[in-house]
Amino acid sequence: MTMRRREFLAGTAVLLLSTMKSRATIISGGLPWAPDAGTPPIPVRPGPWHYFTSDEGRAVEALADRIIPPDPQTPGGKDSGCAVFIDRQLAGPYGRSEGHYNQPPFMPGTKQQGSQSQKAPAAIYRDALGALDRYCQSSYQGKRFADLPDEQKDELLKNLEDEKAKLEGVDGKSFFALLIKDVQTGFFADPIYGGNVDMVAWEMIGYPGARYNYLDWVERHNERFPLPPVSLMGRADWSPKN
Amino acid sequence: MPKKLPKKDVVIIGLGWTGSILANELTDEGLDVIAIERGPWRDAPTEFPPNYAQDELRYRIRHELFLRPEQNTFTFRNKMNQTALPIRDWGSFMPPNGVGGGGVHWNAETFRFLPTDFIARTHLTERYGAAFLPEDMTIQDFGVTYDDLEPHYDAFEYLCGTSGTAGNLRGQIQEGGNPFEGPRSRPYPTPAQKQPFSHTLFAKAARELGYKPYPQPSGNLSQAYTNPLGLRMGPCTYCGFCEWFGCGNYSKASPQTTILPLLVRKSNFTARDNSEVLHINLDRSGKHATGVTFVDTGGVEWEQPADLVILSAYTLFNVQMLLHSKIGMPYDPVANKGVIGRNFTHQTISTVNGFFDNKKFNFNPFIASGAIGMCIDEFNGDNFDHGPHGFVGGGYMGQVQTNGRPIQSASVPPGTPKWGAAWKNAARDNYLSTVRPGTGVHGSFYSYRDVYLDLDPTYTDRFGRPLMRMTIDFHDNELKQNAFLTDKFAEIIRAMGAHTLDKQYRKGPYDATDYQTTHLNGGAIMGTDPATSAINRYLQSWDVPNLFVMGASAFPQNAGYNPTDTVAALAFWAAAAIRGQYLKNPGPLVHA
Amino acid sequence: MRSAAKLSIAIGAAAAWLAGIGLGGADPDSQAFDQIEKGRYLTTVADCFACHTVPEIGKPFAGARPIETPFGVITSSNITPDNDTGIGGWTDEQFDDAVRKGVRPDGSRLYPAMPFPAYTKMSRDDVLAIRAYLKTVEPLHQPVKANTLPFPFNIRTAMRVWDALYFTEGEFQPDSRQSAVWNRGAYLVQGPGHCTACHTPKTVLGGDKTIDNLRGFNLQGWFAPDITGDNNQGLGQWSEADITTYLKTGHNRMTAAIGPMSEEIVNATSQYSDSDLTAIATYLKSQPQRQDNTAPLPANSPAMIAGQAIYRDQCSACHGIDGRGVAMLFPSLAQSALVHAGDPTSAIHLVLRGGRSVATRQEPTAPGMPSFAWQLNDDQVAAVLTYIRNAWQTAGTPVSPDAVGKARDQLRARSD
Repeated sequence: MTMRRREFLAGTAVLLLSTMKSRATIISGGLPWAPDAGTPPIPVRPGPWHYFTSDEGRAVEALADRIIPPDPQTPGGKDSGCAVFIDRQLAGPYGRSEGHYNQPPFMPGTKQQGSQSQKAPAAIYRDALGALDRYCQSSYQGKRFADLPDEQKDELLKNLEDEKAKLEGVDGKSFFALLIKDVQTGFFADPIYGGNVDMVAWEMIGYPGARYNYLDWVERHNERFPLPPVSLMGRADWSPKN
Repeated sequence: MPKKLPKKDVVIIGLGWTGSILANELTDEGLDVIAIERGPWRDAPTEFPPNYAQDELRYRIRHELFLRPEQNTFTFRNKMNQTALPIRDWGSFMPPNGVGGGGVHWNAETFRFLPTDFIARTHLTERYGAAFLPEDMTIQDFGVTYDDLEPHYDAFEYLCGTSGTAGNLRGQIQEGGNPFEGPRSRPYPTPAQKQPFSHTLFAKAARELGYKPYPQPSGNLSQAYTNPLGLRMGPCTYCGFCEWFGCGNYSKASPQTTILPLLVRKSNFTARDNSEVLHINLDRSGKHATGVTFVDTGGVEWEQPADLVILSAYTLFNVQMLLHSKIGMPYDPVANKGVIGRNFTHQTISTVNGFFDNKKFNFNPFIASGAIGMCIDEFNGDNFDHGPHGFVGGGYMGQVQTNGRPIQSASVPPGTPKWGAAWKNAARDNYLSTVRPGTGVHGSFYSYRDVYLDLDPTYTDRFGRPLMRMTIDFHDNELKQNAFLTDKFAEIIRAMGAHTLDKQYRKGPYDATDYQTTHLNGGAIMGTDPATSAINRYLQSWDVPNLFVMGASAFPQNAGYNPTDTVAALAFWAAAAIRGQYLKNPGPLVHA
Repeated sequence: MRSAAKLSIAIGAAAAWLAGIGLGGADPDSQAFDQIEKGRYLTTVADCFACHTVPEIGKPFAGARPIETPFGVITSSNITPDNDTGIGGWTDEQFDDAVRKGVRPDGSRLYPAMPFPAYTKMSRDDVLAIRAYLKTVEPLHQPVKANTLPFPFNIRTAMRVWDALYFTEGEFQPDSRQSAVWNRGAYLVQGPGHCTACHTPKTVLGGDKTIDNLRGFNLQGWFAPDITGDNNQGLGQWSEADITTYLKTGHNRMTAAIGPMSEEIVNATSQYSDSDLTAIATYLKSQPQRQDNTAPLPANSPAMIAGQAIYRDQCSACHGIDGRGVAMLFPSLAQSALVHAGDPTSAIHLVLRGGRSVATRQEPTAPGMPSFAWQLNDDQVAAVLTYIRNAWQTAGTPVSPDAVGKARDQLRARSD
């Protein structure tokens, strides 16, 4: 699958520093300045998956909806865009473990020594989702994870967590932990990254978003902060309602 | 064959806090100075402006301002009988990269060490007897005293505009400050930051328990300030995107806000960014540095000759540079000989989260700065009698919660499931009413014979050179210290009115995946004896007199405080020695 | 040989020697230290260095600097004493004619990019002092291509017509009703300081609209603001000290120099004497107010509501929740002439592109403003600018999204 460059760039809102500003320069005489310098973020645009196949995307949406179930006040993981978030992240530097030390030999170590795997998150997801798919199909009469009733999904996930259910060739417990982390990260990150659509997660907890000046509120103790959340790309009130 | 550049008087390796301080001091002396920085130039309006700096995913989770392990990393093991494996992605510490170094992303917590911290071995032996200290504990006296450094602490704090309340003014204890601190010659340059709700609540609870809480000394300024170099800073606006982030509105002390704009205007100063120094070059005698060799991002190697070399590259990279340049005898823990790599330490951190009734408490945790907080020092250093407790050392503790960034701050009470509706509801219900101090207990980490740095036998960097290997684990002393302090801390959080506590003690083994501050120290320590130190009391290499090594690599052990104020004070102290003594008569300043 | 004859031969030889090294003219007084020092100062006041030097090349006064005019790019000439490519071979009279009449030795006309319509007000003594100084700078060989304007502006003879319309030759005449300080300020502003070159609006053909003297002009992607004493758009709220501090250091408690004015301050005004700066301040503050009775936009208009949201969420990070910034660091938008200028070009430029304020010896911080072009669309830029012009008890015409869109396109093509 080839990915068109512009889509790729639009999806990878986190630009790896080592590829930016990497030319050696000499600084003397004054502070450097160029107009439009810096690397402002590029918001994720909704659209086709950049990394997931449609089956994978559907599975991750369903998983996200169990990790963060919908309720009357706040959408679940799926509608808040967590699967989109993960998809775009896996398509970018995070998915490739870019910047990690990837030299051999790869030897298993202690928990304290951290991951010694060669597999980057994108590959982990692909392998794990494939194994989950096969597990479901063989355990639930050909059904995929997304097709199971919610109680069964939750039961399976608990079994993965407790290592009562094992996925073939994949550490199901650690994959589920990774998935929880990524879903919850996407839920609370700035909406420009694809999750937290319309800042629903921030509304849920009462976090006012990407603000920079609270000087008039520091000493207003135990009062609810009244302003709505704002993203790096603003909020609805920024546009004049003519 | 490296291309040779025109000679300079001074070459500075690494343009962070100490590199900038030394560059400014030595250019004032009229010397021709070049600073070579591995990472890129960084500046607020272009690299972390206040319209996209506040991005938790980008800067806190994906660590954009930090070094990539791919460019340089270390191997790690707990014990000498283990095989060290690479730190493939950062965990327990996070090295910076770029002009400004850690000064760009630090919290700006600006503590001085206690007077007894500088004479730890002497003082503790005197008070408790030599047998009280573990046999394999290798703590040493610094070789300088608090009094030596006081004017230089003052210089750094006035450079930064540090906001605080003095606790000890020339021997007079001051209400509202830290009564345990060493005497300071004058008050802080700006008043302490105003504290948000949970921080004042902590102070109230601490006071009621008989402690003397004081505001954390902060390099996030409480008001507009002009420093002695004429540089202007603004008041901190409590954005809550401080540590891990660059400050977008000139209100956090950094080399960028306090030194660089003036420094770059000097005709005798040049900086090169995106250029990594590979090694310090020595002449045939091995006792004199002739300059450095560095590589730019194009892969081209250059030689920068200089008469004086300042190594100011952050603890780990300083030690690595000395090892790769074959300066000083590498430490051998078995033979207990050698100096480069010995007395390597970190910090002993723990915390207690408190959950409160959300109908009664609204903490607005997102209103904070990196060095906000109310602390107590009753359990720091040797401020209390350790006799009954069977450990030495201690730390400050406080409600020092710096942010409410949601990815990391959606706390749930212990026992809450990690996912599902229960998790979601708990996250919703607790965000505004949880106290999450972060580094609530900030304890010392003393040095041990088997905690050290050396070169790895297996793994190499992108130039084919061995990675540096860390052998580090907690010893009983620190774990006991932490258990004691954490329990004391928990009492205060409880007294604030928390209905549930989540006590997160520091437990062994040392876990390289769990972030515990980037306060790594030692490996090139200062001292009075060349057999057990790499540099003398002026930070001058015992082996190569025209080389001075800055940074926390000089600490023989870590105290119960953040290191930067002390690192900077030592830099000013060394600069004074260079300007006042060394330049007039280049050669060893101390004859051991 | 008789001593008198010896003496005259000696003088003649000296004169010939002086002429030979390009220090022309047979008048030994032109080499007197006082004259040269006066000339050095006046050269700084007139800021010849800025237009006649390319900074990166490091050849002072050797010209070849491209200067942007509404009619195209013109290249400055070499005014070092080099005989081949500079003005070493010119007489003093020819120099004076060029500076104060806009006429070259060969009779061709200078374009008013060389601000002779302002320099005409200078006294002959002052011009000759500048000449004396310029004779002492290093003669640099740098040929300059003189005609770089596009057709039809490259037809110099057309300047005759332009001169007839817009050029009033003549020295500054002091106003006897005003103080000596005021008159010195008027002389500096109208003459060697040539502030009118950027700050006075121009006609379509580039002549000064004298009726609106010093009320601002749009050039090089910026709007050089009104520097009369107008309370809203000019310097009415500035004290004399505010003006002199600004000119000397590039910053004052309310604002900072940014854009083309940065260079002017570094090269020229930061080196003016304190008394000259005071004189300029006196004169500028005396220039008449506009008759402007615009009321501030009501807070509930859509642009104001949206602008207030953007302002609180973003701009307040530096410019403060009250719009008053931080003295000497972040401009006070509430009191900024740049913000309230009738022509919002500078404000749009800054919001879209960002900028770094000037660094001078006294004020080295040079704080920078980030670019918002990626974050705010035209409607939003227009709304927030409309808001800052009308909040805080001030009034300003709304900024239209169209104006923002046009500026965005124009700025894309610029590299500064």
